Amino acid sequence: MQTLNNLFLIIAHFIRSLFADPQSVWANLTMDVINFIIVVVIIVLAALILILLERKVAGWTSMRTGPNRLGPRGWFQTIADALKLMGKEDVTPAGADKIIFKIAPMIIFSLPMMTLAVIPYGNHMAPIDLDLGIFYFLAVSAISTLAFLMAGWGSNNKYSLLGGMRAVAQMISYEIPLLFSLLGVIMITQSFNLGDIVKAQHTIPFIVLQPLAFVIYIIAGIAEVNRAPFDLVEADQEVVAGPFTEYTGLRWGLFFLGEYGNMTAVSALAATVFLGGWQGPFLPGWVWFWMKVGVIIFFMMWVRWTFPRIRVDHLMHLAWKVLLPLSILNIFLTGLGIFIYRLVMGG
Amino acid sequence: MIDNFAAVGLLLAFAIGLPIVVMAVVHLLAPHKPHKEKLTTYECGNEPIGRAWIGFKSNYFLYAIVFTAFDVETIFLYPWALTFRKLGTFAFVEMFIFMIILIVGFWYAWKEGALEWM
Repeated sequence: MQTLNNLFLIIAHFIRSLFADPQSVWANLTMDVINFIIVVVIIVLAALILILLERKVAGWTSMRTGPNRLGPRGWFQTIADALKLMGKEDVTPAGADKIIFKIAPMIIFSLPMMTLAVIPYGNHMAPIDLDLGIFYFLAVSAISTLAFLMAGWGSNNKYSLLGGMRAVAQMISYEIPLLFSLLGVIMITQSFNLGDIVKAQHTIPFIVLQPLAFVIYIIAGIAEVNRAPFDLVEADQEVVAGPFTEYTGLRWGLFFLGEYGNMTAVSALAATVFLGGWQGPFLPGWVWFWMKVGVIIFFMMWVRWTFPRIRVDHLMHLAWKVLLPLSILNIFLTGLGIFIYRLVMGG
Repeated sequence: MIDNFAAVGLLLAFAIGLPIVVMAVVHLLAPHKPHKEKLTTYECGNEPIGRAWIGFKSNYFLYAIVFTAFDVETIFLYPWALTFRKLGTFAFVEMFIFMIILIVGFWYAWKEGALEWM
């Protein structure tokens, strides 16, 4: 049991012991690179599994079967799709701003790598155990707004421009409640380090202490990754595919990978901050972590196939007039709670 | 500590490098047959009229301004939340006054209709 729990730490220790000096710069460097490769594998695997899962969930919710031809129960469908994308031509429209057009999907793909690298996947299992963890995560994930704007503007396509502008308006609006909802947790834990935040939930997960913040975070998180009911950015019926309209081949695939990577990252942060991360009885920590992430992702898919797309003025109304006041209220309530707690406990 | 940020720097290089490598590989694999019609801007089969690089609805701009105010506030609030329990009652009250000033600004933006979608 203990061995299984520390499986990855033991492997890491073994690789380190291959070096003459296990704590040398070169050993650290090698470990970093291995960690990063694992993060990339996580993103690619997550995308492959999630795309299939999404189509299956879509099938179940609308009483269809979903993909079921390739491999057992259609499990190879995404792999075939990925291979197909690799063989497709990479078209850059003649009218586009070529550099911006080409860089945008690369940025989208880079961001989940940067953010997922600070998540603790188990006890002492964060690829980079950053003291500024949560702050770094939020700062980096905010850049994705820019990539959407670049894709929208660079395509020189009216649909793309509309989609890109919608992306910016939506993502900056929902970023504020998202940032504020996490403040309550930081006020309680007194740490930006995600490992410390998980350890602080040893007795009770923060979803119990911060239920309002959790609800705000999940709603704002869904909006941040542009998923239905907040998918105005790529609303097919109105703006074709929004910023992605002109993209083809694997360049479009990078967007897709990045989208699912970002979704994983948002869910991973929710699991870490509100659901107690890797902590749980009986099973190894990393199994608990992925189970919690899986539950949140399933919830997001469920929401997507249950609710119709929200109207743009309602979207803005929800962010600025409902979620933002509520998240400020949450900060006040948390402050008051800590104050009363201190008075009662005599601290 | 320094090690960690060195790792972040390495991660940044890695994160930038990987998509470039992926696109280079795809460049070798994928066919490349440009054609005049293929390279036109997609507009559901119609000839695109004019460019898409135009002045855009200013509504978005108002949201962006309110966003900036709150984003800057966030930078103040995060360190405050971090040391919240160590700070005395004075800093506690002071920060809430700061927040109340912002809420007044928010209320003003709301009253003036900056948050209405038109």
